[in-house]
Amino acid sequence: MDTALFVIQLLNGLQLGLLLFLVASGLTLIFGILDFVNLAHGALYMLGAFICATLTMWTGSFVLSVILSLPVVGAIGFAIERLVARSLYTRDHLDQVLATFGLILVLDTLAHLIWGPEGMAIPLPAWLDGQIAVTETLVIPTYRLLIIATGLATAGGLFWLVNYTRLGMLIRAGASNRTMVAALGINIQLLFSLVFALGAVLAGLAGMLVAPITEASIGMGNNIIITAFVVIIVGGIGSMKGAFIAALMIGLIDTLGRSFLDDIFKLFMSTAAAETSAPAVSAMLIYIIMAAVLAVRPQGLFPPKVR
Amino acid sequence: MKPDRKTAAGLFVLALLAVLPPIFIWTGNPFYVDLATRLVILAIAATSLNLILGYGGMISFGHAAYVGLGAYAVGIPAYHELYGGFDAIASFSGSFQIPLAVAVCALFALVTGAICLRTKGVYFIMITMAFAQMVYYLFVSIEEYGADDGLVIDVRSELPGINLDRPLQLYYLAFVSLVLAIVIVRTIVNSRFGMVIQGAKGNDTRMKTMGFNTYIYRLTAYVISGAMAGYAGALLGNFTTFISPEMMDWTRSGELMFMVILGGAATTFGPLMGAAAFIVIEEVLSHVTIYWHLPFGLMLILVVLYVRGGIMGLIEGRWGRRR
Repeated sequence: MDTALFVIQLLNGLQLGLLLFLVASGLTLIFGILDFVNLAHGALYMLGAFICATLTMWTGSFVLSVILSLPVVGAIGFAIERLVARSLYTRDHLDQVLATFGLILVLDTLAHLIWGPEGMAIPLPAWLDGQIAVTETLVIPTYRLLIIATGLATAGGLFWLVNYTRLGMLIRAGASNRTMVAALGINIQLLFSLVFALGAVLAGLAGMLVAPITEASIGMGNNIIITAFVVIIVGGIGSMKGAFIAALMIGLIDTLGRSFLDDIFKLFMSTAAAETSAPAVSAMLIYIIMAAVLAVRPQGLFPPKVR
Repeated sequence: MKPDRKTAAGLFVLALLAVLPPIFIWTGNPFYVDLATRLVILAIAATSLNLILGYGGMISFGHAAYVGLGAYAVGIPAYHELYGGFDAIASFSGSFQIPLAVAVCALFALVTGAICLRTKGVYFIMITMAFAQMVYYLFVSIEEYGADDGLVIDVRSELPGINLDRPLQLYYLAFVSLVLAIVIVRTIVNSRFGMVIQGAKGNDTRMKTMGFNTYIYRLTAYVISGAMAGYAGALLGNFTTFISPEMMDWTRSGELMFMVILGGAATTFGPLMGAAAFIVIEEVLSHVTIYWHLPFGLMLILVVLYVRGGIMGLIEGRWGRRR
């Protein structure tokens, strides 16, 4: 395997990991504080992509559209919390899974009604569309670097928000003991709505960032939501740190596995056997890792201290 | 137990399913036989899920994987034209394929269940789903068996005295299987074993303190449920004669869960009612609009939010709280 390919795949893995973190961080926040399993979180990722695509068509500027779309997705998240999620907090996880599964059907079909069955591509501005040549063989698309930078910046901002602001303090307190927080006179209903909206913004941002590469399409959220659940399960549900580490781990393992597993397999089996088994194993790799982690640590790698 | 409204309703639906298909044929509507066959097969899968989800409180979000595995256990031997030469084990391909489907699924349930049952709550939901995704991606990546595009089963399972190429014979095999499945689950639930399972759902610590190794009991129920779903899958493969990884998609598992909840979890006929309602609603709505997922999803949300105890709860006249 050559170094240039390896570096590129490493960056791709990092990019996937950071996108996963954006989706998973919202999931883990919502689960940690509200004890709410939200399968429909992926639909917000999809809505983010579609809304941004539409706005890019109208305004002509991708960056402006991202900035405009974020509050819109946040408002949708806020509305979903008020209309559907709120009634489900006291229910068991089975009811939550089923109701949010229904919500996915509703939101996917609404997207289908509004934007049609075709996907929507987002054209990148020229300054993002280029490539940076590091060496002769190593060429990195500028936009991938932007995704990585945005992902890292958002992660940093989120850590600051959760650890050093009053809202973050309330979020952490709510995750530990929401009854106590409510008893102390905090408007817990509003806090819940804000957390939901924050999660929606993060998932929406991930969708907007990925749309110029993959285009916005119906059901795009249903693939990433499952992987995001793997991330928060491996990381320990409710743990921000766990979500971050697990997201990068899953992103890197998935990407590198798909590119290099056949080479690794060839070291100890025949070429033919490696080429048939590698795609199967690499497709299952993250689930194998999740099963292995849960077999050893049923609470995930970094379970939050109070649960 | 004296007959009550729930049992009466369940038996009524079973009676309808017993007499309607020949009438559909005579009146020239063979399409409805297909619909009924699908309904009955899905009802078997939902009944098997009800054993662990309804009675056992084990929320498996990966039950479609067993249905898919069962179908592939019919499809793969058929693909390799392995329908002769099994005389040593069985002289009909079906008496080899169907036990294979059951055995594969039982084994898969044993291995994955051993890991899954170490976890609780939402971890359990997600790890069962993860294992199902594993199987899904396994079959997506095997080019030999059609990968994403799926696999056509050229020859249905051959069984002594039954010709599965005849829709009515296939239907009645499925129907008798459904009745048996309902009887089996009911027998299990009312046995000492079933009491332990239900006790562990209510209060696991208490059952453990009473000296029951609930882990073993749960695992056994999990394996039985998986094997039954595998059997349903073998029937489904024979019915559709086309199998694809899409059968194991996580949304399929969600649909099976919905059938159980819609009909009424932890009731004898609930899964049958749920599957019947599901198929009928799907059929009606998808004729009205291509956007039928929208009302369907709304209905799902409303059922979860307001119809506690599902259809069985309504029949019983119980609008109150579940549990």
